[in-house]
Amino acid sequence: MSDHDDGHAGEAIPMLEANDIAVSLGGTQILSGVDLTAECGSVVGLVGPNGAGKTTVLRTLRATLSPDRGTVRVAGEPIDDLSTKEVSRRVASTPQATTLSFDFTVEQTVEMGRTPHLGRFDRADEDDYDAVQAAMERAEVAQFADRPVTSLSGGERQRVLLARALAQETPVLLLDEPTANLDVNHAVRTLELVADLAAEGKTAVAAIHDLNLAARYCDELVVLSDGEVRAAGDPRDVLTSETLGDAFDAEALVTRQPGTDAPLVTPLPDRDPLDAAVHVVGTGGQAAAAVARLVAAGSSVTVGVVPAGDAAAERARELDCPVVTVPPFAGVDSNARERATELAREADAVVVAGDVGDANQSVVAAASRLVAVAGEGVPRIESERTTVTTVESLPEAVADLPPAEDRDERAVPSGEQQDRY
Amino acid sequence: MQPSGRTLFWSLALAGLLGAVITVSAGIGPVWIPPDAVAKVLLNAVVLPTAVDLSGATPAVTTQPLFRFPVEDIQRQIVLQVRLPRILLGAIVGFSLAAAGTIMQGIFRNPMADPSIIGVSSGAAVGAVGFIVAPVALPFGLGLRAAAFSGALLAAFGVYLIATQNGRTPVATLLLAGVAVQTFLGAVVSFLLLQSGESIRRALFWLMGHLKGAAWPEVWTSLLLVAVPFVVLLVYARDLNVMLLGEEDAQSLGIDVERTKRILLAFSSLVTAAGVAVAGIIGFVGLIVPHVMRLVVGPDHRVLLPTAALAGSSFLVATDTLARSGSAEVPVGIVTAALGAPFFLYLLRQREVHEL
Repeated sequence: MSDHDDGHAGEAIPMLEANDIAVSLGGTQILSGVDLTAECGSVVGLVGPNGAGKTTVLRTLRATLSPDRGTVRVAGEPIDDLSTKEVSRRVASTPQATTLSFDFTVEQTVEMGRTPHLGRFDRADEDDYDAVQAAMERAEVAQFADRPVTSLSGGERQRVLLARALAQETPVLLLDEPTANLDVNHAVRTLELVADLAAEGKTAVAAIHDLNLAARYCDELVVLSDGEVRAAGDPRDVLTSETLGDAFDAEALVTRQPGTDAPLVTPLPDRDPLDAAVHVVGTGGQAAAAVARLVAAGSSVTVGVVPAGDAAAERARELDCPVVTVPPFAGVDSNARERATELAREADAVVVAGDVGDANQSVVAAASRLVAVAGEGVPRIESERTTVTTVESLPEAVADLPPAEDRDERAVPSGEQQDRY
Repeated sequence: MQPSGRTLFWSLALAGLLGAVITVSAGIGPVWIPPDAVAKVLLNAVVLPTAVDLSGATPAVTTQPLFRFPVEDIQRQIVLQVRLPRILLGAIVGFSLAAAGTIMQGIFRNPMADPSIIGVSSGAAVGAVGFIVAPVALPFGLGLRAAAFSGALLAAFGVYLIATQNGRTPVATLLLAGVAVQTFLGAVVSFLLLQSGESIRRALFWLMGHLKGAAWPEVWTSLLLVAVPFVVLLVYARDLNVMLLGEEDAQSLGIDVERTKRILLAFSSLVTAAGVAVAGIIGFVGLIVPHVMRLVVGPDHRVLLPTAALAGSSFLVATDTLARSGSAEVPVGIVTAALGAPFFLYLLRQREVHEL
């Protein structure tokens, strides 16, 4: 088919390209100058808050809307030059919701995906039948083939719509919230399928509201808000606390997903930023979590002494916090101890979390005010002045610390605290 | 079964039913003629062309009857000249209303849509009542039916123009424009009725819908006016299926939505206008028959459209037989509504007709 030849002719031509798209609907500017490029065989995720214009971008990409300004090109061809039928042979899309209120069976509905390939007087032939069966298998709806679509659940219907789009056999797939109604298992399977399709050479653009799924399955992310692109590129570069704060107007913590290199976004409730310098002492996951939580809350965090390569050291590095490290298993030299002690002394508060180690006792001792994170490895704290709290409420505990001169009234001997936990 | 197979099966079954209904109906009247006698008369009327003579000024076709059953001449006269034109006209009108109703319910994705939702019937009423009240000499010898037909098409076209902006015709706007225009035309009809004086009875009789006084020429004209647009509608049945998914989905599946809508509206209005012009306003056929057939054969318009149309034929022939068989003739529109409404309510309770 000529579509495929076009795709191969210029490897450099992106499969789908939108340049400076501006759209206004009913007098309201929805998109103002959006650029988007999807290379052949890639999955591009559109993320952004509600009303950012994600669906409008998708509608423009499939030529349902014609932009006031800018062009959309499919394999280099301006989409405006193509007829509705020609577009439908190149771009398939699954809507966020559909009016599947008639009692068509699943198979009949998926069959409608073959419409672009049938002439007015053509009948569906063997090839069409095979394409429909294959699409139903891949979207895992074959077992519902003879059931009316109206009898399916929301998530099952969404997979029927995906099957319909697959039956279209187009090089480009546009997915509007393909996982919105799906359970965790099917959400992951659907996105795995999209990733497989991309590996087979299809190009997908998906609006996905779950940032972590988006980060995991998309080769590139485009962050939209207020009709503008805030950031675009590799998920690791795009999903940062600053970008998310800017786009979503919300605090979020960005770390790494376990087992993959993809960013992990944890949205946090809105609070006043914690305007305090905090030094974190301790190692392991708990100390790492404490660092992340405090950074997310807005405080400037320092860490040490920790062995290089420890989770806390890694997290501190990811989040650009000054950290005092020593080589693993090498013991703490006096130089490192002095630097950490200095940081602890300058900080408004010191937080101990996880395993502190004997070598850090002098660092802890330098604290003017001390907060301990309760957890599995109860920190050995020799200081008498501690407030014990959890990682989640760490920022509040720090913020609520009494001024330095009053701390005697609040402080509780560590021994008693440890008994309680 | 493939849609083509199902279409054939159901169409043949319903055509058989229509044949039976017509045969029985043609026997009913002041003179009872048994169905077998009617069948013989009808079969004798089937002719095959045997030779075409092109030597004369107009080509003459020599025909040969296929059957030669012995029949009484009086029975032949009654069936062929008196009853059959009316019955066939009823069949054509029922066919047109049910077909147009099916299409309109599909376009509007609304179970309450009927053939005259975009003002076809109201337009026809203004044309017809206007002609009855103030008969003007129309050119080419056109009369009441031409006035109704043009009124119908003018109203539909007007509603379409009102609802169209920048080449787009949203169905919601179309629906509301249709309601508004129908209300306005209803007022015009009321005013005309007030001015009608002596002719009010004739006007009311037309408004209630009847098939009285049908003759062969009307049968042939309306057959042509219904058959041609119906074929176009059949060709677009698959596109209408896709349109049921919603207009944006249909577009992303390669359907030129606005063009398809325009064609479907134009040809279904034409079909409706042809029906309404000869029979007046007959309610319920276009609403209820598509509904019932959708329950029977499903929503696929490739099957639904021909079967609903054929079922509409049988329904209107049967109800018109009732309408004319009493001591005084009742307008058939009253019978269709009186029978259709309770049946529809029964279905509503039994089969949960909550959506299309």
